[in-house]
This record gives sequence, structure tokens and C-alpha cells, in this order.
Amino acid sequence: MFKNLMSWIEYRLPFMEKMNLHVMQYPAPKNFNFWYFFGSLAMLVLVNQILTGIWLTMNYVPSADGAFASVEYIMRDVDYGWLLRYMHSTGASAFFVVVYLHMLRGMMYGSYQKPRELLWIFGMLIFLVLMAEAFMGYLLPWGQMSFWGAQVIIGIFGTIPFIGEDLTLWIRGDYVISGATLNRFFALHVIALPLVLVILVFLHIMALHEVGSNNPDGIEIKKDNDGTVEQTEADKKFTFHQYFTRGGKKIIVDAIPFHPYYTVKDMVGVAGFLLVFAWVIFFFPEGGGFFLEPPNFEPANPLKTPAHIAPVWYFTPFYAILRAIPHPFMGAVAMFAAILALALLPWLDRGKVRSVRYRSSLHKINLVNFCVSFVALGVLGVLPATPTYTLLSQTFSFTYFGFFVLLFFYSKNEATKPLPVRLT
Amino acid sequence: MMKKLLSAAALLASSLAMAAGPAVPLDKAPIDLTDKVSLQNGAKLFQNYCLGCHQMQYQRYIRTFRDLDIPEDVGMANLMFTGEKVGDHITNSMSAKSGEKWFGATPPDLTNVARVRGPDWLYTYLRSFYADPSRPFGVNNDVFPMVGMPHVLQELQGKPYKAYETRLVDGEAKQVYVGIKTDGSGEMNSEEYDRAVADLVNYLEYVGEPTKLEAHALGVKVLVFLLIFFVLAYLLKKEYWRDVH
Amino acid sequence: MSNAPVDQGRRRFLTIATSVVGGVGAVGAAVPFIASWNPSEKAKQAGAAVSADISKLEPGQLIRVEWRGKPVWIVKRPQAMLEALANHEDKLRDPESVVPQQPAYAQNRHRSKKPEIFVAVGICTHLGCSPSYLPDDFSAQVEGVSSGFFCPCHGSKFDMAGRVFQSVPAPSNLQIPPYMYVDDNTIVIGEDEGTV
Repeated sequence: MFKNLMSWIEYRLPFMEKMNLHVMQYPAPKNFNFWYFFGSLAMLVLVNQILTGIWLTMNYVPSADGAFASVEYIMRDVDYGWLLRYMHSTGASAFFVVVYLHMLRGMMYGSYQKPRELLWIFGMLIFLVLMAEAFMGYLLPWGQMSFWGAQVIIGIFGTIPFIGEDLTLWIRGDYVISGATLNRFFALHVIALPLVLVILVFLHIMALHEVGSNNPDGIEIKKDNDGTVEQTEADKKFTFHQYFTRGGKKIIVDAIPFHPYYTVKDMVGVAGFLLVFAWVIFFFPEGGGFFLEPPNFEPANPLKTPAHIAPVWYFTPFYAILRAIPHPFMGAVAMFAAILALALLPWLDRGKVRSVRYRSSLHKINLVNFCVSFVALGVLGVLPATPTYTLLSQTFSFTYFGFFVLLFFYSKNEATKPLPVRLT
Repeated sequence: MMKKLLSAAALLASSLAMAAGPAVPLDKAPIDLTDKVSLQNGAKLFQNYCLGCHQMQYQRYIRTFRDLDIPEDVGMANLMFTGEKVGDHITNSMSAKSGEKWFGATPPDLTNVARVRGPDWLYTYLRSFYADPSRPFGVNNDVFPMVGMPHVLQELQGKPYKAYETRLVDGEAKQVYVGIKTDGSGEMNSEEYDRAVADLVNYLEYVGEPTKLEAHALGVKVLVFLLIFFVLAYLLKKEYWRDVH
Repeated sequence: MSNAPVDQGRRRFLTIATSVVGGVGAVGAAVPFIASWNPSEKAKQAGAAVSADISKLEPGQLIRVEWRGKPVWIVKRPQAMLEALANHEDKLRDPESVVPQQPAYAQNRHRSKKPEIFVAVGICTHLGCSPSYLPDDFSAQVEGVSSGFFCPCHGSKFDMAGRVFQSVPAPSNLQIPPYMYVDDNTIVIGEDEGTV
């Protein structure tokens, strides 16, 4: 009876077939390391944000008069409201932590290189939408930092020549950030952007499964079935969906089915992540003033600017680049260029070898240079703009862009190590 | 790579701590959220000395009573003065307009003040008033210079003034600032006053986040649970991966 | 690759153990989401007991008090009204108040603590309209009964103890809320000796 029902459904909606294709018989390289946890963790945080977000809207009041008080209402009067709110606010920061590490993983192992360019582009789009989502969400508590942070970031659009002034007016829907701004940000934050985000994540995963996962060695696990590479006994142990062998044209080596091997492994990652996440939520929800900034416990006051305004920590690397350039509009251009440069990596990197394991020392140093520049810019973006810090910001902005320029030139004829045939 | 990230995070934290440093070194507030007697005393001080001008418009009386183990009738008799209901928020009847007229700015709501300023700031601020006839209320404050607030705790502390002593510095007699002293007209001596301020700050810290102790208690349970789950998940992973290794 | 045979027992045990613990975790994680739907402190305080001053209540007068968003009537019934309650019990659906629409202390002919003071939720038990109080001209509705409550929505009729008449849409007597006397002049609605 049950079996009949299942096959009736399966005939009309091949659910098990798709599960086999994407989970049970999806070939994943067997050598994923620590860095491969962050994709599934980003998914976990997305689910956390959506669920806690839906629950927060049940008591949040999206109006300039009611927003701040409604957040306090959630924190004080709603059963476990404080927990839902801290899960959401900590989740926002956790999202960027895992996404930045996920991106770094892609850079280390060349996961953006051919044929994974589109996969990388979808990832960059997710990152962009995530930044918009976080920015709009940060206005909603209607605290001092919400208000003045938004003021600064909307101001960036005001630097665009000719249309800037009108554009900021249009974004705000008022002469100052007001209830009108709050309401449109609320609508975008809770409906439009999450919808786009979920669609992009779906496309990201579809694009991934089409080309297959990269791995720390940066070599393909699907080989041409022309006799040059033979499957070992171990390879023959697992069955993969015939889709991936392209009707016998490919053989799959050094791969394991995603389920159960990576589902159980990701579970360990999830448990480890949740330990840290819960520790922050229950014991340090302010994240040392980085996740919830102290001035944001005061309601927004358009007449009084806090002594020091910095965007939330996850925006500061880009914010530091903005401030490093003396010309406001050129600063904004540089900031967007910093993100665009990342998106163009598949074409800026002209190397044929993906993984940092087999690339030149120059590339290794350059990658370290990128990390140091990015973190240093992040720190500088938090600090007030003194002349020394501005000089440092300029230096690190230079080295940040230097990473891409150098990469473009040396990657063409890079002295790389020989690649192994099989995963190590 | 991990090490680098960690050291960068440490750098980030330490540099921010420097950036946010106040002009005057702050004393560590000796507070303890589990000390109900201290919190009750703090609540009493708040109701008597602060509520006239400052509200706690997001905190309900009933919440304070419940969390601080104050029986409702005792609370109503001792901490509520103008016939509110226990479910009401802790507010006063001073309008924002008159507040602005009397003090130059509306006295801020204090529900979240401990989260905005931090307990150490509050503890030091309330002990840093000193007589300054040039100010409208006759007092100034080192932590918050030119503050538009009178020293409402003066009847407890006495009239505070900046004390100087003549000391030999490099062979020359100089006036050296030695701290704030009082004329002794207050109801309390200096230790008692510090204790009273600490109690008040303790209460403000509690009101800023009334769920803190609950969060800590629940957090320990959640972490223990996750640890068990982590161990099980790890063993399960190892078991399955014997197929691969 | 180890060639040792897979220990299926251990594998099954660990799978089940992790699933059970994970399931417990999922249920635990659901708790804050479910609990947040309970009435908040604000709702609880708005639904708290209300007190009413009845010192100025005239005989025959009805006052309304809002409790949990509903009108609660307080009526001071004169002696004649009380005596009349016994005369039409054959026309009532539930003259003995068998259906638990009232606290135990109000299950009597006058459905109240003190006979003369009637306290009831002024909401028709049919579909939730608030009936009108007809102190003098109720006989137009029920012959021989001079005062009562008449619901304008669907014509349900209640006597001066909130007891429903036969052949009207309302199925049961008016609800009596818990209440108590703090002193002779003050009534607290929403709380009684049993709940305090």
C-alpha cells in the first residue's frame, strides 16, 4: 500500500531520484578538510536566520515610534524573546564569519577556476545580497547605531556625481532617515531579500552539483574513461548516480557518496559550530560590542550623533577602503571595486593549477598578503580615522588591490609543482 | 591559517579597547547580579533618588519584584509611590518638555543605561561629582564634564570637593590633586557611599538585561548537551569513515 | 582503507544514539519558538484582575468594567428583582446552573456571592454580542418577566441572574467571572480567594 503510494508519487515527482542524484549518490571527493565545513554551516545559519527572523516579526513593530520599544518588548515581555533575538543578532555575525571563511577556502583551493566560474559568481551574488540584507536588518532595532550607521552608508550613494543627492533622497523616501525608510527596509529585509537569497543559494548548489565539488588538491575526480586512469578496488566499492559518469564517458575516482559520509562529517562540524554559537548567544550576546554595539541600546536620535560611528564589523574591511581614498566618490568606487575584484577572480587568475598546495611560493605569499590586508582593513575600519590610521588604511588598500594585480601577471606563467593524478 | 586569524582577532579586540577608552580611568564596579539584597537596595535607591527625573520605561514593576524576590505587597508599599499598578512600567510624570527646560536636555531613560555606558562607567561617574560653583547645579563631574545633572546623592555622600595637598615635587612645593573628599555632611561615610552606589549600579546592570542569569543557567545546559552531541557525532563519523580510510 | 569487517552493531547503535540525541536537541530548540506564543507579560498584565468601586451603585443600576477586553456587568438588584427570579424558572433552559458557566460560589438561584450584587461577563453565549439591559420593559420579550437581558443580534434572552430562557439561540447561561470582595465597596474581577 505504502509502496504503491510512493511509486505513484515518484512517477509524478521523482523525489527519491533527485535525492539519489544530489545526496545519496553524489560523488564528493574523499579529501575534504576543515575548510569544507563552512558551506553547510552557512546553510545552517541561513535557516536559523529565517526561523528566528519570522518569529521576531511576530512581535516587532516596523515604525519609527514603535520599533525600539518593540525590541525591548521582545527582550523583556515575550517568553524566550531574548533568546530568539540573540540567536538572530548573533546569527548575523556568524553568517559573515562562515561566509568569509567559505570564500577564503575557495581562494586557497582555486574553486573559482574553470569550470566553476558561474558557481563563484552565484556565491558573490549571495555575498552582495547578504550585505544588503544585513545592512537593512541593522536599521530595524532603531537604535543610535542603526540610525547613524545607515546614515553613513546611504551617504555613500550621495557621493555619486549628478544623481547622488536625488538617489539618497529616493532611498530614504524622506529628507532624513525616517519611518518611511524603516518601513521599506523592513519589507526588503523580511521578504524580498530572503527570497532572493534562498533562490541564489539553490542556484549556487545546482551549479556546484553540475560541475562537482573541488577539493584541497584542486584536481578533478571525474576522469576521462580512456584507460589512462583506472578505478581501484576502493573506488568500485561505491555506486554513484549514472548522471555523473556521463553515460560511461567518465570514471569517478577517490570519491565517496555525500550521504552518509559527509552528512555525518558535517554533523560534527555543526556540533562544533553550535558549541561556539551557543556560547556567544548565552554568555556574550554583545560579542564584545561588535555584534550588538553599546550605542544601539539608545533609541535613534536624529539630533545627536554618537561619539564614534563605525559600521558593524563585517563591513569594516570595505569601509576602511572607502575612507582611505581622500575623494568621496572615488572612495565609493574603490569600495565597490574591492568587491568586484573578488567576483572577477576566475578571470584575473590565469593559472591552470588550482590548489595553493601546488602553486608557487609567490602565490602563497600573495594569498597571505590578501588575508593580512583584509583583516588589517577590518581592524582599521573600526578605529577612528586619525592620520596614522588613514595612512595604514591606504597602505593596506594598496596591498589588497595589489593581490589581484600581481595574481593577474604571475599566474600566466607560474612555476607550479606537478599535480598528482589521484587525490592525496 | 587559523593561528593568523586568531591573532588578528586578538589585535582587533585590543585595538578597539584602546579606541573606546574614556578620559578618566574607571574603577571596577564591585557588583554581583546574584546578590538579591544589593539589588533590592539598588532598586530602593533608584526609586528614591533617580525616578524623579529618569524613567525605566521598558521595565515593569512586577518584573523587578519577581526577579529580586520582593513580595508584591512589600514592593507596592515601599517602592511604588503614585498609585501605579504592579504591571505598569517604571515611569514618572515629568514630561520630556519640562525635562528639557529644567536640565537643558531630557534626562535619558535608564532601562538600558548599563548596556550603553557599562557598569564601571556608572560606578565611577556617580562617585566623581565635585563642587564647582560655576555650574548651574553647583557640581561638575570628571567622568562626564559639564554634565547637566545635579548631584542627587549629595545627602548621602555629603558635599564633595576636589582635595589638593601640598607636596614636594622635584624640590618644589606643589599642589597635587589627591582625589574627591566630602565635607562630612552626608548620611554615609565614604565606604557606605561606595557600597550604595555599587548597589544602584548593580540594579541598573540587572535592569539592562534582566534575563542574564537565566541565560547563563540555560547556556550551561545547552553547552553540556551540545558537547554530548558533539562526541556522539564524532564517534559516528569515525565509525562510518572506517569505510573510507 | 581498513579491511576489518564493518561492525554493524556499533554502527547501528551510534546512528540511533546520535539520532535520538539530535531529535531531543531539535525538540529543545523548538521550545523558545513555541513558548514565545504564550501570552506575553504585557498581555498578562493587561489581563490582570481589575477592581471596581461599587459604593455609588444605585439599586437597579448596571455598570460595565472592562476585563480581558470583555465587558463585565455589575448590577445592584433590588429586592423585588431577586424575588422575581423564582417565578419563571419553568421557562429557563438551565435554572439550576448545572452547566459550569460560573465558579462554585455562584451556582445558586441568584448566581452571585452577595444576592443583590450580580457580576457577569456581558457577552451572549450564542455568538458573542453584548446583550442590552432592559430593567423595566423586558415583559415585551418574555411575558410576566419585567426585567432581563436581551441580545439584539439573534434575540437571545436572559433573566436577571443571567440564566438563559428556552427557545432562544444562546445555548447556556451567561458566564460569571471569578471575583471577590476586598471590602464592602470594592470588587476585584478576575481573581478570587481560590486563585490568590
